[in-house]
Amino acid sequence: MSGPGRRVPLTGDNPAFRRALIGFVLVVSAIVIVAPLVAIFAQAFSLGVDVFAKTVGDPDTQHAILLTVVTALIVVPVNTVFGLAAAWAITKFDFPGRRFLLVLIEIPFSISPIVAGVAYLFVYGLQGLLGPTLQDAEIKVIFALPGIVLASMFVTAPFVARELIPLMQAQGRDLEEAATSLGAGGWRTFLSVTVPNVRWALLYGVVLCNARVMGEFGAVSIVSGSIRGQTNTLPLHVELLYHDYNTVGAFAAASVLTVVAIVTLVAKLLIERRGAGRSPQAVSPADQPALIKRAA
Amino acid sequence: MRIRLASVVKTFNTFRAVRGVSLDIPSGELVALLGPSGSGKTTILRLVAGLEFVDSGEIYFNEENATDIPVRDRGVGFVFQNYALFPHMTVAENIGFGMKVSAVKRSRAQIQERVRELLGITQLDGLDERFPAQLSGGQRQRVALARALAVDPRVLLLDEPFGALDANVRHDLRRWLRGLHEELGITTLFVTHDQEEALDLADRVVILDKGHIIQDGTPEDVTRRPVSAFAMQFLGDVNKFGAIVTDGIAALEHGVTVAASGVRNGPAEVYVRPADLQWSAEAPGLPAHILRVMSRPGSRRIVARTDSGETVEIDVDQDHPAATGDAGYLRIARATVFAADR
Repeated sequence: MSGPGRRVPLTGDNPAFRRALIGFVLVVSAIVIVAPLVAIFAQAFSLGVDVFAKTVGDPDTQHAILLTVVTALIVVPVNTVFGLAAAWAITKFDFPGRRFLLVLIEIPFSISPIVAGVAYLFVYGLQGLLGPTLQDAEIKVIFALPGIVLASMFVTAPFVARELIPLMQAQGRDLEEAATSLGAGGWRTFLSVTVPNVRWALLYGVVLCNARVMGEFGAVSIVSGSIRGQTNTLPLHVELLYHDYNTVGAFAAASVLTVVAIVTLVAKLLIERRGAGRSPQAVSPADQPALIKRAA
Repeated sequence: MRIRLASVVKTFNTFRAVRGVSLDIPSGELVALLGPSGSGKTTILRLVAGLEFVDSGEIYFNEENATDIPVRDRGVGFVFQNYALFPHMTVAENIGFGMKVSAVKRSRAQIQERVRELLGITQLDGLDERFPAQLSGGQRQRVALARALAVDPRVLLLDEPFGALDANVRHDLRRWLRGLHEELGITTLFVTHDQEEALDLADRVVILDKGHIIQDGTPEDVTRRPVSAFAMQFLGDVNKFGAIVTDGIAALEHGVTVAASGVRNGPAEVYVRPADLQWSAEAPGLPAHILRVMSRPGSRRIVARTDSGETVEIDVDQDHPAATGDAGYLRIARATVFAADR
């Protein structure tokens, strides 16, 4: 129909429109996305590298980075295991409430993180449901690491599961059935058949989950109490520094978070490329009628 | 190994997939489960494999009650419809998988040796380092078979083994699989909806419909002596005429009669294969005119309409002079008569 010589005009397919559209998108991207990113680094280094290094090297900032990393180190593995388990259960078994579970897992996506924070406060806080019991047992949840971890877990619970479920649904149960019929046990089947076939989606989910854990502000800000050098994560620290009129410090801390984001983005692109390369390739028709050839 | 099913029933939610099937398969036989979709044939295969469990009834492997043995301990080789090859493993790894996970420990060298042997049996030499995505359909099918054979199964189960292949490859693989069966002698059960495939390959054909066995017999039994109209229709093209049976004679229109011994008096249906109808320019016979003539290798097929408005198909010799628009008469050389359902 639309050979190279005879182009059928499509709606809006004229040079002026095309240029205007592309220009519009580029300009908006520059204003909305690129400018702030540039501003972060410009501000962070505005007083020179020395000041930047000093701010990042500040004990409170260092502690905030450490706390953020520790939180990620706990939350990401937990949610990876949860995501795998949830995806496995939902896609490979039939049980009552399967659809409900599917919806339930998505809730953290649709709920404001601040609501999650308040909810945790209500359950674990001193005036909360379990507060007095926990206090008697001398377990500190709110305004301590456990609270931060719990809030982060809630917010990022769907990430891994959501990447895996559509893929595992598409793959069906045939491979697992094949492995079992060959004598493999459940664990063996999981490790040598299920996981390798979803590994790129799994890694992608883990990367996204990690990025969100490190950047989470709303839920964590409620339950952590933002105690400098104790319960302050990096995003909360940025806010604190900013309220202290320490603009360079705030931007320096923010630039650390931004670097994490950029690394995540690059990792995501690489994974997508690898993942795409592993999708089923076209069958070479060259050796299709092998038996006929042999017979001839 | 002998397989025996005793009054097996299986229901999915509200769908009664298998409704009391009993079947006895002697050791070493190659049996086809033939039926339309929804007939329960795949469910029966999966029940024998242990991929599903019966609601009631028993499954015996020789004298052992295998009804509740899980699939991984049942010792069956299952070839899936879409082969279910592990896409992240090479051909050799796919074939070796069952031996690697087996409770019987084998050394790496033993596994390699057996894989090489299976690659030879399945004519896949030299493809051991390929991934499934790099193989043709027929090759994948043989990898799936090699993988199933690697665990020395007591029973081989194949779900629509040739369903996803083109006609040429299918024909060759069919001959090859028959040869392999004769060589290995493993009791084999396969599912198909293609009657030609079933008749071509199997020692015995089990025709299923709506979860029941309609007929169970050799290819000759089921083709020459179909027990019901369903079996007759499912095994190939057939023409149907209405008739009235009186004392063993079925009377059609225009004074045409066919023998119908053993059929009860009253309305009946007369089934005639296209090859068992003859086209003649002169009476007697059922008057008809030709709508279309199709050429086939070695024969011609006439599509005609009788004066009473029924469309019939007739196979004639490839030199037959019939042409579109000709009027003539149909004669019935051989027919099967069933009493009409009341």
